[in-house]
Amino acid sequence: MALLSLERVSKTFNRQPFIREVSLALAEGDILCLLGPSGCGKTTLLRLIAGLERPDSGVITFDGRDLAPVPPHRRQFGMMFQEYALFPHKDVFENVAFGLELQRLPRPDLQRRVAETLDRVGLEGFAARRISDLSGGERQRVALARSLAPQPRLLLLDEPMGALDRALRERLMADLQLILKQVGVTSIMVTHDQAEAFAVADTVAVIDDGQIAQIAPPETLYRQPVSPLVARFLGLNNLVAGRVAADGAVATPLGRFQIPGTRAAHGAQVIVLIRPEAASLAAAGGFAGPLEALIDARVQARLFQGQHYLLRATTENGIALVFTLPASTPPPGPGKRVRLRLNVSAMSLMPGPPEA
Amino acid sequence: MASPLRRQLLLVLPPLLFLGLFYFYPLLRIFIVSFLPSDLWAPLEPKRLLTSGYYLGRLWFTFWQAAVSTLLTLAIALPGACLFARYDFRGRAALQTLATIPFVLPTVVVASAFQALLGPHGLLNTVPMAIWGLSTPPIRLHQSVGMILAAHVFYNYAVVLRIVGGFWSQLAPEMNEAARMLGASGWQAFRRVSLPLLRPAILAAALLVFIFCFSSFGVILILGGPRLATIEVEIYRQAVHLFNLPLAAALSLVQIFFTFGLMWAYTALQRRSSLALMPAAAAIGRQAVQTGGERLFLCIGLLPAVLFLTAPLAALLIQSFTTDSGLGLAFYRAIFENRSQSVFFVPPFQAMGYSVGFALTALLLAVVLGLPAALFLAGPPSRLAALLDPIFMLPLSTSAVTLGFGFIIALDRPPLNLRNSLLLVPVAHCLVAFPFVLRSLLPALRSIPDSLREAASLLGASPWRVWRCVDLPIIGRALLVGVVFAFTISMGEFGATALVARPQTPTMPLAIFRFLGQPGALNYGQAMAMSSLLMLVTAAGFVLLEKIRPETSGGF
Repeated sequence: MALLSLERVSKTFNRQPFIREVSLALAEGDILCLLGPSGCGKTTLLRLIAGLERPDSGVITFDGRDLAPVPPHRRQFGMMFQEYALFPHKDVFENVAFGLELQRLPRPDLQRRVAETLDRVGLEGFAARRISDLSGGERQRVALARSLAPQPRLLLLDEPMGALDRALRERLMADLQLILKQVGVTSIMVTHDQAEAFAVADTVAVIDDGQIAQIAPPETLYRQPVSPLVARFLGLNNLVAGRVAADGAVATPLGRFQIPGTRAAHGAQVIVLIRPEAASLAAAGGFAGPLEALIDARVQARLFQGQHYLLRATTENGIALVFTLPASTPPPGPGKRVRLRLNVSAMSLMPGPPEA
Repeated sequence: MASPLRRQLLLVLPPLLFLGLFYFYPLLRIFIVSFLPSDLWAPLEPKRLLTSGYYLGRLWFTFWQAAVSTLLTLAIALPGACLFARYDFRGRAALQTLATIPFVLPTVVVASAFQALLGPHGLLNTVPMAIWGLSTPPIRLHQSVGMILAAHVFYNYAVVLRIVGGFWSQLAPEMNEAARMLGASGWQAFRRVSLPLLRPAILAAALLVFIFCFSSFGVILILGGPRLATIEVEIYRQAVHLFNLPLAAALSLVQIFFTFGLMWAYTALQRRSSLALMPAAAAIGRQAVQTGGERLFLCIGLLPAVLFLTAPLAALLIQSFTTDSGLGLAFYRAIFENRSQSVFFVPPFQAMGYSVGFALTALLLAVVLGLPAALFLAGPPSRLAALLDPIFMLPLSTSAVTLGFGFIIALDRPPLNLRNSLLLVPVAHCLVAFPFVLRSLLPALRSIPDSLREAASLLGASPWRVWRCVDLPIIGRALLVGVVFAFTISMGEFGATALVARPQTPTMPLAIFRFLGQPGALNYGQAMAMSSLLMLVTAAGFVLLEKIRPETSGGF
């Protein structure tokens, strides 16, 4: 049974709908990421669960109990705020101990628990430091320790990496996932960064305009986005319109693709997503294998990116595509013609626009 | 061509000379008069001060009325500050301006307004007497401490509202929410997180209110009657009524000692509180008032304060129109008539002329001195600039009566005899206005990046042209703020003016003071009428300031 569940939860601000009838369920021990561009309502959703905002309609239950009458300080949820909201007038120890003091934990237990928690986030020896003397990464860890120390039943994280620079983020991302899994705490994290969501989450919910556009494990989300909007948000931009033929193949301006697992009905309008890793260079005059297709294009730009090349190319009928190609063989430069071998297993289908 | 250093020195010389002549020299005279009354070491008066129960009593009264005023102001204004910091509602800005108007009103006007509301002929007495046919006024606050305390709270409400409210609205709301998520109830979150974070702001506001009440003069002189006197009032009485200059000088020293100490504590506190680590949350934390319940809560919270802040001013206006024969303009007309039984040597409307003339002269002086001083301080950093910055602010830490008293004992003899000069009043006003002009110009000048000037000069502009085309347009608004400040301050200045103005050249506050001191309905009415006019002028000046002032983080 789900630990936390939302049923048709809605919220409006100034008569503007912000969250529209969101339903979701979260199992104990799972990490859910709410992924979406800024202003999509993901932070509002988190605050609704925390009890810092009240839903206009819908029900939020936790462990089978309706949360509506429970004020935030009685929910026993932990929350990590975007700018951390550490108490500047307290030192590291006092910040982490705050929630435990409110639980009236006896002093020796409290001291032990604070030390353990600081240990866990890699801040042993920081207890007496002032908040103003900490670096950004250290503050993030104090904030995590503070929200973990009271052993919350649910941990809410609002853009936990938002205030950090790129290099630090990648290191802390791995740490964060490890810590959350070790503690085993059920968590919901809000982020606008796809890499962060994929690295930490068991399940990712893509939020768009106050609604859940798709909710799935990261791998499924990447391989089978359900709409062009989700695909584009994940950075997948090679979208080609097509129609399902009688033999199950999809006819597109790029050619016919026999995409495995196609269940669309004959004659249906579809959109084919070709992921950037689908392409490899084909020798002139080579021919396609069973799960492959060949296309000809003209190179627009070739960007060397270390592990791979990013190739922008346009087909003869004017369709712009972007691919990543292995760095071992340099592709032709701008203006040159190129023949590409597309792997059909790196393609997926989504429903196309209704017929006019 | 002058070297940059010499040019800098030329800039700073006039303001320094001015301060030396009209600030430090009078202070020195105060020292001399109290310790060497007849050019010989004879510190009789300072000794008498420390041994006489009478003067120690005055000091004690000064302290406790200031302390009680401060506590009352905090108690009444803190809930308002909380509501202002937390909620966004229609009319919020207007209400904040309204709440600040009492603070900028001349003390004489505030005293008149409280007379108009609570005095023996005040509205709250005359109306019930008329309705129920009472023979004696039901409210007897005349010449009582209660009236003084009420006026002080009225006066300083905005200090707490703006300092604490401004600081409060910058506290990130997440701070409070973080405490809630960690298990703190609303009250626990306030007590354990918000309150400790607000403490420096509350302390700073309290100290500032204490300083203002400690050197309160006009309010106590007018509302306190003969029995109640702070050190300020006692200096005035000793100097003007009893002509005991050595004693007045000794009292001035006491006053200087305490105001300097308090100002020093305030500056230290302010520096410390602005260093506190505050995540930026510029005013986004305010929540809009939406439900009817919230609206009701807000009304209940703010209505008493609004009533308290507007009632005296409304009473003043009403009284100025209430003549024996019903509502009318008789008192206003009387101001412009020349009567033989007038308490002045001149018709009262001439006081307005003098006020405006003095104010224009004072603002001109303040700008002529403040601009070079600001240019110097904003110029290349030097040890001299660091030293002079606080020195230029010293006149603000000195009470007005002390300044005026210093003038009359220093500038009435060669080498500098200005006893009969019309300049004495504007010079005194300029001393008070100069730091304000300087403070409004400095941030604007410092905000101009050097690259802007460098770009202009690389494009071929001469230094003068750079100043005219780059600096001046940018600081224009700040200069205007300084000018309005100087004018309004001068129009309402009472403490120093009461000592230095000649009887035949009174200003509006002096005229009001004299009217209030005379018996008769006509004198009382004219005091109300003239106070109303002065109130309108200063309030208009302040509203103009609020409109043109560059956005600041709610302070003074």
